[in-house]
Amino acid sequence: MSRAALLVLADGRFPAGGHAHSGGAEEAVGAGRIRDAADLGAFCRGRLHTAGLVAAALAAAAADGTDPLALDEAADARTPSPALRTAARRLGRQLMRAARAAWPDPALDALAAARPRGAHQPVVLGLAARAAGLTPLDAAHAAAYESVSGPATATVRLLSLDPFDATAVLARLAPELDQVAARAAEAARRCAAEGPGALPAASAPLLETGAEAHAARPVRLFAS
Amino acid sequence: MSAGVTAHARVRARPDGRGGTALPVLQGDGPLALRRVRGTPDEAGVLLVGAMSGPLGGDRLTVTATAGPGARLRIGSAAATLALPGQRGGPAEYGVSLAVGPGARLVWAPEQLISASGSDLRVTTRAEVEGDGRLVLREEQILGRTGEPAGTLTSRLTVRHDGRTLLDQELACGPGAPGGWDGPAVLGGRRALGQLVVVDTAFADKPFEPALFGSAETGSAALTPLAGPAVLVTALAPDARLLRRLLDEAGAALGAGA
Repeated sequence: MSRAALLVLADGRFPAGGHAHSGGAEEAVGAGRIRDAADLGAFCRGRLHTAGLVAAALAAAAADGTDPLALDEAADARTPSPALRTAARRLGRQLMRAARAAWPDPALDALAAARPRGAHQPVVLGLAARAAGLTPLDAAHAAAYESVSGPATATVRLLSLDPFDATAVLARLAPELDQVAARAAEAARRCAAEGPGALPAASAPLLETGAEAHAARPVRLFAS
Repeated sequence: MSAGVTAHARVRARPDGRGGTALPVLQGDGPLALRRVRGTPDEAGVLLVGAMSGPLGGDRLTVTATAGPGARLRIGSAAATLALPGQRGGPAEYGVSLAVGPGARLVWAPEQLISASGSDLRVTTRAEVEGDGRLVLREEQILGRTGEPAGTLTSRLTVRHDGRTLLDQELACGPGAPGGWDGPAVLGGRRALGQLVVVDTAFADKPFEPALFGSAETGSAALTPLAGPAVLVTALAPDARLLRRLLDEAGAALGAGA
């Protein structure tokens, strides 16, 4: 296992298109639900334990070798908002291109062929981690971190928030990121025996309804 | 050591052969009493009648309802369900299992579930729809009685059609829930949450477009087509009355009056 490969995969500069998405932060800022660093912390904490946990578990299960198409269907069932499903598939397709260049692997080729318009991003992330020689727990860490780093970076731009404050939010979440990644990896192990129904399905109603409100806005800085 | 109450209520509906629906099984149990009520000519109506307060901590309550092929069944409740702490402590469990056969229709629309301060309830709702069966499912969760903090409530809702999972979602809130549940990503301080699910193969030919209802003051709802022949309405409101109004409005748009 290469620890450095995890840094490459989780690097914000990895060319997978994540910078164009705010993870719901733009809608929350627009609706007045995020006004300062404390709100950002509460937003990221809630997102981590819901969408972040689900993404981390899907990524860990994919890295563990569970059928990616079954995981893609499980991701659909956990994403009622069509705007979020579209965003997740678009991000998955972009990540797929970068991952196939970085870590060529027949499993990535097979998923790309089966889902030409993109599989859900966490599923692709898990397969990419596996191709890079990383563990399911590594994949869960990458997905969990991404679930909060995207909104934090976006909020710096949206609110002109002090980047030091945004980074402090992420640093304070580190222990909970570890817990979520561990829970996700454990769920991925159960998924191998019991199927995708064993994966967490934690939902965040405001992220789901907010994504639809965001998609209906005529002017947006971020795609989601 | 005695545990709480364990009870299992069962309903089974089938066509009566004369254009109506018969209930060969209508079996209440303990605090889960069932009463047949007047439905429409082709439909059987059933009310869940709380025979005692609860669920209390330690209770394990289960409702199983099956609308067999071609049956028309509508289930409601006479009053809201109030989750209370109970003397023994520990979580209560409330499981609902719904099955809709081909050509059948099932409406599951009980009154609100109220999570009283100090209570701890785990709700599991599973619905399985076959073929061209139609399901309308409405659930409403109220976090705390008026002016009190929320109890601990975890719920999981799973809806399947012909063996494929169309919707799987969990919500955890109240004391002990993972951080951020009341924050700007999850509930944002709202105390009334509702879901309306409609499964209908007609949606495969005529999919619904996403739609939004309500406002920041009155609560808001999103109607979202799922990846499959089903639609989910997610609603968040300041209180139970505004929540019901939102779900009724979205339900009318769907032609699915619950």
